[in-house]
Amino acid sequence: MTSTRRQFIKISALGAGSIALSGSALKWTSASSILEKLNTGSVKPLRTPTYCEVCFWQCAGWVYKDEKGEIQKIIGNDDDPHCNGRFCPRGTGGVGQYTDTDRLKTPLIRTKIDGIETFREASWDEALDLIASRMKEIKSKYGSECVALFTHGSGGSHFGQMLKAFGSQSITAPSFAQCRGPREVAFLTTFGDIIYSPERTDIRDTRCLVLIGSHIGENMHNGQIQEMSDAIDKGATIITVDPRFSTAASKSKYWLPIKPSTDMALLLAWINVIIENNWYDKDYVERYTFGFDQLKEHVKPFTPEWSYGITTIDPNVIRRTAKEMHDASPAVIIHPGRHVTWYGDDTQRLRAVAILNALLGSWGRRGGFYNPAKAQVPDYPVPDFPVPEHLPMEAYKGKYKLANEVVSNGICDATIPTPDQNCNFKIWIVNGTNLMAALPDQQNTIKAIESLELLVVVDTMPVEITGYADVVLPECTYLERYDMIRKSPHREPNIAVRVPATEPKYNSKPASWIAKQLAEKLDLGAWFPWTNIEELLDWQLKEIGSSLEEMKRIGVKKFPRAYDDLYFTPGEDVSFNTNTGKIELYSTDMEAEGFNPLPVYTPHEEPPEGFYRLIYGRAPMHTFSRTANNPNLTDLMDENTLWVNPKVAKLWGLSSGQYVKLRNQDDKLSTFSIKVRVTERIRWDSVYMVHGFGHNNKNLSRAFGRGINDTELITRVKIDPVMGGTGMRGNFVTFVFENETIGKESES
Amino acid sequence: MRYAMTVDTKKCVGCSDCVVACQTENKVPIGYCRDWIVEVTDGTYPQLEIEIRSERCNHCDNSPCVRCCPTGASHYADGGVVLVTPNKCIGCGACIASCPYDARYPHPDGYVDKCTFCLENRVKKGLDPACVSVCPTKCMYFGDLDDPNSPVSLVLKKRKWKTLIPEAGTMPHLYFLI
Amino acid sequence: MKEELIVSGRMNHLIDPQLQIWHWHIPLYLFLGGLAAGILFFAALNTILGKEEKYPTAVKIAPFITPFLLIIGLIALFLDLNHKLFFWRLYTTIRIESPMSWGAWTLMVVTPLSLIWCAVNIKEIFPKMEWKYQFLKDLDAFFRRNLIFISWLLLIFSLILGVYTGILFSAFNARPLWNTSILGPLFLTSGLSTGAAAIVLLSKNHNERNHFARIDLMLIGIEIFLIIHMFMGFLASTQVHIEAAQLFLGGPYTTPFWLFVFTLGLVFPATLEILELRGFKLPYWIAPVLVLFGGLLFRFIIAYAGQVSRWLY
Ligand SMILES: Nc1nc2c(c(=O)[nH]1)N[C@H]1C(S)=C(S)[C@@H](COP(=O)(O)OP(=O)(O)OC[C@H]3O[C@@H](n4cnc5c(=O)[nH]c(N)nc54)[C@H](O)[C@@H]3O)O[C@H]1N2
Ligand SMILES: Nc1nc2c(c(=O)[nH]1)N[C@H]1C(S)=C(S)[C@@H](COP(=O)(O)OP(=O)(O)OC[C@H]3O[C@@H](n4cnc5c(=O)[nH]c(N)nc54)[C@H](O)[C@@H]3O)O[C@H]1N2
Ligand code: SF4
Ligand code: SF4
Ligand code: SF4
Ligand code: SF4
Ligand code: SF4
Ligand SMILES: [Mo]
Repeated sequence: MTSTRRQFIKISALGAGSIALSGSALKWTSASSILEKLNTGSVKPLRTPTYCEVCFWQCAGWVYKDEKGEIQKIIGNDDDPHCNGRFCPRGTGGVGQYTDTDRLKTPLIRTKIDGIETFREASWDEALDLIASRMKEIKSKYGSECVALFTHGSGGSHFGQMLKAFGSQSITAPSFAQCRGPREVAFLTTFGDIIYSPERTDIRDTRCLVLIGSHIGENMHNGQIQEMSDAIDKGATIITVDPRFSTAASKSKYWLPIKPSTDMALLLAWINVIIENNWYDKDYVERYTFGFDQLKEHVKPFTPEWSYGITTIDPNVIRRTAKEMHDASPAVIIHPGRHVTWYGDDTQRLRAVAILNALLGSWGRRGGFYNPAKAQVPDYPVPDFPVPEHLPMEAYKGKYKLANEVVSNGICDATIPTPDQNCNFKIWIVNGTNLMAALPDQQNTIKAIESLELLVVVDTMPVEITGYADVVLPECTYLERYDMIRKSPHREPNIAVRVPATEPKYNSKPASWIAKQLAEKLDLGAWFPWTNIEELLDWQLKEIGSSLEEMKRIGVKKFPRAYDDLYFTPGEDVSFNTNTGKIELYSTDMEAEGFNPLPVYTPHEEPPEGFYRLIYGRAPMHTFSRTANNPNLTDLMDENTLWVNPKVAKLWGLSSGQYVKLRNQDDKLSTFSIKVRVTERIRWDSVYMVHGFGHNNKNLSRAFGRGINDTELITRVKIDPVMGGTGMRGNFVTFVFENETIGKESES
Repeated sequence: MRYAMTVDTKKCVGCSDCVVACQTENKVPIGYCRDWIVEVTDGTYPQLEIEIRSERCNHCDNSPCVRCCPTGASHYADGGVVLVTPNKCIGCGACIASCPYDARYPHPDGYVDKCTFCLENRVKKGLDPACVSVCPTKCMYFGDLDDPNSPVSLVLKKRKWKTLIPEAGTMPHLYFLI
Repeated sequence: MKEELIVSGRMNHLIDPQLQIWHWHIPLYLFLGGLAAGILFFAALNTILGKEEKYPTAVKIAPFITPFLLIIGLIALFLDLNHKLFFWRLYTTIRIESPMSWGAWTLMVVTPLSLIWCAVNIKEIFPKMEWKYQFLKDLDAFFRRNLIFISWLLLIFSLILGVYTGILFSAFNARPLWNTSILGPLFLTSGLSTGAAAIVLLSKNHNERNHFARIDLMLIGIEIFLIIHMFMGFLASTQVHIEAAQLFLGGPYTTPFWLFVFTLGLVFPATLEILELRGFKLPYWIAPVLVLFGGLLFRFIIAYAGQVSRWLY
């Protein structure tokens, strides 16, 4: 690589910075020690409400402090429908997000000392002045749209407000094109509505739950795991389709150990069997759906026997499981999954899932998919946002037509200058997303970053992306700040608040404060008319008949549904928000944009000789890369392991506990090595690891060098043409032993 | 009164929430634990089975740890709960060596520590132990075996169960539903 | 394939991945206790039998080292404690079921007895020594008058101490290797054998040396018998016991045990003693030194291997 203006600031440079920081760390803890003094007198421990930020399920809970005024534990709020009083391990261990002494402590600005790029500490004023002046400069030179915001988590609304006021709508999150985008688009085109988060799946009352790759139990999205457990208690049938014997598979009546990347062939066979046997909900299909005849005709050839040749799933099992679904219908859920950007035809696969649900009549039915409702909280009145000259979609003009959110990788690609691009992004503000772990094809991300004029990173931890920043802004953790009211949809409309349990440690600040300060420096104060966020929240809460004072006491408040429409009533006339007003088995939107209106099976590449498909997932005690340094959670798991089938292990002479490196099909060698776990739980054509490990920033004292970062091996990305999703499971790896550069050839 | 706990191995997902919850509730120092998760996989792909158990001190009726303690620091408390009194404990390690389940550990402060069934800080206040109350799958039950209507009595009546190493003669009171 | 994992990252210090709660302190303590018990046993026995003059080293000289052995043992025990400030708690209660407790109390009895024994015999070493105060002189006289009674006490308590060094382990049902009732008699025998060896080593009297070499030979014979018996017992027992025995039958402790403890610490010194008794001229100290070394190593190996052996579930 040629030398560039923005090098990744190596560990040592930032390390030197943070040694210098420890002085200021002391200075800043004094704030909390005042609070400590205040609290020591009181006998009753203080309890403040919050909602969790360790993942995006946003469970509401209580933060308790001990006699010394230190945060001791976080417990779920009993009234919260997201968690029902029970946090998941990550939420319970969220204390560690706050106590971690490796946190970012003060603003940092990239500088050059003796020709070497490094960070220096800066005051908030200086850092924000610098950002504001550069943003103004870019706006006048190229237009405000050239500033993009990558954000994941609560900070998004604060920075989003600032950016929209500034005149850009290029706001994007990895939770779309790297995550649930394909399912939202698939369900939108089929049912005219999306799945939302928390998912509208009525798992609690289902009689048959079909999990296709959704590894609930390892994927610890709280409400789902709780409801799955309830469903097990009530004797629901669980069918799990996964090439790996997942925890969910081990709780299932049927485990279908599918050959990876072939799910579409199974789904089509199920549709075929259900139609051929008249196992679909006739009344529902007639009343609500569009395109049944085309579908029936379309799936004729896709018999279980046809599917067997592709998926390796026994045709009888396909029939039997289809019958189980039929028997349970409409209380059946073919779960749409969440991280579904797998093979590049994901929207189509999720279309098949949607169709299957429609045939079984589960949408809008108890035990299927309920109709979620959201609390209506008004926005604080501010001037209209300026209309930008260019919309973000123009950056990837003509592509991803059905994307209903901004495509992160689209913005990333458009940042790299091309002759035909009218506006390349010049500034990125990256908040709460470690793009080096979240976006596949790291080289592409780095290329984009190198084309930027300014990279601002707002984070709590010195993660990889901070190493590329020009300005690093340390946000305080969720336990030390207010944020916007949580109002995600659920069975019952509800709200939850986040109230700081303690003063921010070090010189860190809440996003709400940072965004407002920055806006003021940009002369955009009119969009932040409140004196502080408490005033904003109190105003909003009073509008809906509550107050900040009340919410501090109760944490969560529920509201009655406006209509009694959790499920369809029998025979009800329902109009769907699609072109035909019906559930579109045959999608007119897809057809209009030149995509297959009915899902078809396309074979995907298979691992070459000596290579194994790299699949990845979640460990229940970690969230992506954001908990990899959390002291409480690393105590449970401090590195990821490489799951290898015993047959493969034997072939390569691998044994459990041994460390290996991996090399992928593009010759990309992993930075670190990973501990082998020889286990029957994985197929012989694949290897598996948990995403979020293998950090290369030395300042993460517990996470550095622990395991492998799957992202660095995902160099081949299959883009979903429908909505821009990044298919990440078409990468193949082979083992590299410490003292070898070339992997051992497998014996023939 | 006889306190006991059951863990439903059919529902436990091994998430380890019970472990962190115990840690934050009982201020168990980082690096140590009073409870832990064992996952046993048996079979050959794709004919597989997994049993997941959340384990801790069994609060044995015939507990070798109490028997071998030279100072009486390890003792039976209310409801048959086995406890250690820190300022009676000399840290000799006899109880540690005597526990067939390796349920005890030397606390960095010197005394020996282990699961208390959260007797003083929660159960006596009418709360479930921290691990039970946090478990997202609600796979753990706690209660009084002498009360036929307690959650543990009811579930033990309804379900098949086992205890760990019954042949060691310790008479454990941690039951695993199978 | 069967896979058993702790998935919550459990790593309790001194417990995981393998129990290591007891280090050198306990085996040293047990060795010294056994050795002291052996010496005191022979001192008491020969006093009762009225053979003070025939075996002066056993009765009057060798016991002088026992208070040191016992105190060093107690120091080792103390060092092993993790909560040292509460050491005194050992002596606020007697817990009959706890070998630790009655071991501590036994030492509380044996150590003063050994001191009394030394006091009574102090003139053997320092002939010119005189007690300064009258009450000490009275006390000395009192002990001398009741020497037979004290001998009986010492005989009994040294046996208890000797057995205790084995029972401390064998009381632990949790560690299959320790969980055998043979360990009590075995450690007692070994203690007596090291005691006899110590006497041989200290004695300048040819007859006395021969006498104790003969005793030692007999004790080694019993020990070998008990060891073989122990392994046969394990192999005829449950899976966990078989696995415990396997630590010594092909497992990691095979060489240290069979080569150093069994061959060099038992069989070889026994052979030397036989040769010596038959009149071969050999340096007399080799056999007892090997016996002492074997006895020490034996306790170390049993302590460590026992912590490795465990129930499976
Ligand atoms: N290879 C691979 N890539 C993936 C996935 C995968 O499984 N494998 N999963 C995909 C999916 S489903 C998703 S949703 C995305 C997730 O992508 P991200 O949400 O970007 O995930 P993280 O890697 O955890 O990065 C989160 C960052 O936020 C920081 N952070 C945590 N709390 C706060 C806070 O309160 N304030 C601020 N400002 N920052 C905070 C953390 O330190 C961390 O740097 O990744 C996607 N990318
Ligand atoms: N503990 C924890 N929980 C989380 C998160 C976390 O970071 N930590 N992140 C949350 C987020 S944002 C998301 S998006 C979700 C993601 O959670 P899910 O949507 O459940 O995750 P996926 O990545 O789709 O699924 C991973 C599973 O897919 C299987 N798999 C791999 N290839 C194939 C295939 O070709 N076919 C089939 N059928 N299965 C396959 C893998 O073996 C693995 O079991 O998890 C959420 N929950
Ligand atoms: S599911 Fe767990 S990590 Fe996610 S918000 Fe809830 S408690 Fe926090
Ligand atoms: S919290 Fe519950 S589900 Fe999770 S490991 Fe513990 S017992 Fe199992
Ligand atoms: S499990 Fe161990 S520590 Fe707990 S009572 Fe039984 S023997 Fe004692
Ligand atoms: S370590 Fe403490 S609790 Fe355990 S046996 Fe010794 S004194 Fe008793
Ligand atoms: S009962 Fe209490 S002490 Fe025991 S494991 Fe559970 S939380 Fe920990
Ligand atoms: Mo996601």
